Amino acid sequence: MDRVSLRATARIAADADGGLPLLVSDGPLALRRTRAAGPYTRVTVVGAMSAPLGGDRLAIETEVRDGARLLVDSAAATLALPGPSADPAAYDVRISVADGAVLRWLPEQLVSAAGSHLRMRTTVDLAPTARLVLREEQVLGRHGEVPGTLTTRLTVRRAGRPLFDQELSFGPGAPGGWDGGAVLGGHRATGQLLVVDPAFADKAVEARLYGENAVVSPLAGPAALATAVAPDALALRRLLDAALSELAPF
Amino acid sequence: MTLSALLVLADGRFPAGGHAHSGGAEAAVKAGRLKDAADLESFCRGRLHTTGLTSAALAAGAAHGLDPYELDAAADARTPSAALRAASRRLGRQLMRAARAAWPSPELDALAAAFPRGAHQPVVLGTAARAAGLGPEEAAHCVAYETVGGPATAAVRLLSLDPYQATAVLARLAPEMDQVAERAAAAAGQGVDALPAASAPLLDLTAEQHAAWPVRLFAS
Repeated sequence: MDRVSLRATARIAADADGGLPLLVSDGPLALRRTRAAGPYTRVTVVGAMSAPLGGDRLAIETEVRDGARLLVDSAAATLALPGPSADPAAYDVRISVADGAVLRWLPEQLVSAAGSHLRMRTTVDLAPTARLVLREEQVLGRHGEVPGTLTTRLTVRRAGRPLFDQELSFGPGAPGGWDGGAVLGGHRATGQLLVVDPAFADKAVEARLYGENAVVSPLAGPAALATAVAPDALALRRLLDAALSELAPF
Repeated sequence: MTLSALLVLADGRFPAGGHAHSGGAEAAVKAGRLKDAADLESFCRGRLHTTGLTSAALAAGAAHGLDPYELDAAADARTPSAALRAASRRLGRQLMRAARAAWPSPELDALAAAFPRGAHQPVVLGTAARAAGLGPEEAAHCVAYETVGGPATAAVRLLSLDPYQATAVLARLAPEMDQVAERAAAAAGQGVDALPAASAPLLDLTAEQHAAWPVRLFAS
């Protein structure tokens, strides 16, 4: 797997008529329009398996225009691996969702392999009447493997105001205590499901427990977050799927 | 800077209501994740570098004179747990009462008037520190210390943990508290958009579980 570090930026733009005026693959980030059920235009990221390696700088920019309904998923988990460079890899996801538009951003897991170092940064700008479903899952190590170092930051602004901002940091390069009883407590998978829906302003989401390892809590705006921890990716997905079907029937 | 004012503000006897909160320790004890001094140390270390850093930077920002409304909104965005947002505002309201008595100031009055149900506790703390003549780094130190002092005190009560051992945990964490305070103050100097947002999944998760218990020793 010897290769030099790479830079790649893929781009998506979706229109209300179902069209994709922009669908630009780049390097390992291959985008395909795939068959969708229901009213969504669907884009699948098919090629991120071999990246990101240390030193890579990857980005996906997504613009969901007025009234568009876009579903973005991925064909496989994203695997962070050590690379030719000792520098961390960077993966930036930049999303904007316009008025009346809906984005379902449901990629597969992010897996932090031993020796890797990835900083993932997701920023979302939502118009006042935009809706969003966004899932992130961090899996620490492949099966039975010690994790690499993984830092993820998710920043969501709505109508220009901060709605949600969260950074998670795990692995040998993270600050101490990440595996202690306050942060992960020995779990090897954790995930978040964020749902933003202006309708929540009239009908607030109530806090809800899903067993010992997952919870849904309303945010300070018209949004709710499911937080889950689990021993592995499969158990994690079950928890987040339960929250998804209740929080986001759209 | 007045070192004695910092001691007054950071003192566990300062009547700001913090003693009623365990910082997630009560839920961690029940879940079996906090059983002894070693567990307490890793619990406190994790809390310090996540919510401790984030809160310390908010307080440093307020002490620096950043817009308290923007800071309060930033605190909301960084606190996904509704139970923790409520606890933070309740603690902010209690701290406000004590701070206005200790260091009367127009900035504290304005903040109290703008948030009658309580601004987030770190924002109040930073504003109080400013009123007491303290700087951003001192405010951040105060938050870093209470981030670990709260669970340590609670663990002594919940586990009948040897108080000497609990204090030794705090002493061992002192260099990291200094690092966190320094990082928090440096970030606050760059404005609200540069504030850290480090967080801890289990603290968010168990805060909601804890809030649903019918009987508990601590408020959070």
